[in-house]
Amino acid sequence: MSYREKPQPSIRVLRAGPLALLQDSGRFGVRHLGVTQGGPADLYSWAWANHLTGNSWGTANLEITFGGLLLVAERDLNIAIAGADLGATLNNEPVPLWQRVRWKEGEVLAFARPMSGLRAYLAVCGGFVAEPVLGSVASVVREELGGFSGKGCKLEEGDLLSVHAGGKNSGPGSMQAPKEAQPDFSQPAVLDLLPGAQIAHFAGRSLFDAFNTWWQVDDRADRMGVRLIGPKLYCNIRSLVSEGINLGGVQVPPDGQPIVLLNDRQTIGGYPRLGSLSPLSASRLAQCLPKQRVRLVASGHEAALRELRLFRRQFECVRDNNVML
Amino acid sequence: MSQKPVLESAGLDGWIVRLFETIDEGNLPWLSALSKRCEQVFGDTLIDLVPSYTTLLVVFDPITLSSSEARAMICQILVDLEPDSGVQEGQVHELPTWYDISVGPDLPRVADHTGMAVTDVIEAHSQRTYRVFALGFAPGFAFKGLIDPRLECPRLDTPRKRVPAGSVALAGRQTAAYPTATPGGWNLLGRTSARLFDRQREGFSLLRVGDQVRFVSVSRETFEREGGSSKPVELES
Repeated sequence: MSYREKPQPSIRVLRAGPLALLQDSGRFGVRHLGVTQGGPADLYSWAWANHLTGNSWGTANLEITFGGLLLVAERDLNIAIAGADLGATLNNEPVPLWQRVRWKEGEVLAFARPMSGLRAYLAVCGGFVAEPVLGSVASVVREELGGFSGKGCKLEEGDLLSVHAGGKNSGPGSMQAPKEAQPDFSQPAVLDLLPGAQIAHFAGRSLFDAFNTWWQVDDRADRMGVRLIGPKLYCNIRSLVSEGINLGGVQVPPDGQPIVLLNDRQTIGGYPRLGSLSPLSASRLAQCLPKQRVRLVASGHEAALRELRLFRRQFECVRDNNVML
Repeated sequence: MSQKPVLESAGLDGWIVRLFETIDEGNLPWLSALSKRCEQVFGDTLIDLVPSYTTLLVVFDPITLSSSEARAMICQILVDLEPDSGVQEGQVHELPTWYDISVGPDLPRVADHTGMAVTDVIEAHSQRTYRVFALGFAPGFAFKGLIDPRLECPRLDTPRKRVPAGSVALAGRQTAAYPTATPGGWNLLGRTSARLFDRQREGFSLLRVGDQVRFVSVSRETFEREGGSSKPVELES
């Protein structure tokens, strides 16, 4: 890291909003200790925000949920916002999403409220500076791990955020995401579910319902999981001996309403599962607002893997020496 | 193993390997052996291993390994898997515990439910050596068992919003200590001064799956001298 210039305080938080968290790709290799994965709930948009700023895979950026965040630049920065449209403005002018933009010293960047989608990702050229905890800066509020403080705190008014100074100038990587790469989060979501786990123990009628229903996203939805409202699903297993649960796992508690488990889920759990959403479908679900409609589609591993590998491949060529992690 | 292991899909990047159907200390050497072999065979493509009572979740990097490739590797490991003799014993930990109604406000409830005197509850809980079956719920939270069947007691109807760090508790036939303050619905019996999760410590968590744990009843003075906080559990409406 010696080639890096000294980190500089670069962004001041004027108003924190309900939930803004620093997220790298997540905390790995410690799940056997009961430590959750963390990381961006929408990996897709998080990765694009990094890519557009020339940051390499894994660089930490800000996950902004709902909006309500007000930031001022303490020096000139290059940034990109991807993911939800939270009505972002720079000095009251709308900011284009999914592309690199200049944020000049003294200008106020404001995130209002969800227009489309739920979580926006703000990446800064060079990447934010924070000390890793258990190998990662991913913020998990419940576990008090990661983030700028190391204690999993969300952003608070008055926080001063440091950015690696070397990354001020634009690195390689595309400046704008192609239109077809920009999801329309206002549309109902179609989610790939890879059948597995205890699916054979569900009633036939319930399996029909699971895949032929427009489920409604409940307002009980957070970074741990998203509850879906619809027909009651019946499983002949009420509860299991607790076992490891993976990202995107679709568990069905005795009330018959599925819960899709996301990044901050508990590491083990004891409800029967239909299977798991593909990683990109878990990302898509994380952008759904309460009352939005989603459909589960039984999908094969091959197609989902092809999609994931294509997605990852487009970010592989980026190697910015300023942001090697 | 008493049965043929079963592999269940846990998505694009994971397999659940089900070795057993029921909770038993005898599962631990097998789960430990499987974990070690997975570490060797998967190498850099391994992301996480989550052992639990009867299963191991194997999480791998889907960019370099497809789920069918990972499945084949796990099946190959299972062909000649032998139990890990080193785990028969496991590391032994003694957790100094102050059993008292001020930090263990559910002692009377457990006594009522079991028809035992509070002192007998404490004795029965502190006499056994437990095994760690799984870590989960929160960083460093170790599910241990099995407790004396006479002590079996259901969770609280309404979980507490805040269980203080170090709280020693039981539910069903299991016991645990809360590493940090979290919400929780187990019956609180006392508090340990042991630091269960420490981000500065090598390995972070004091307890690992397979370890042996004994709760040693200590006086308030010893508990405080060891760094324990004797602040009573707050009543919640």
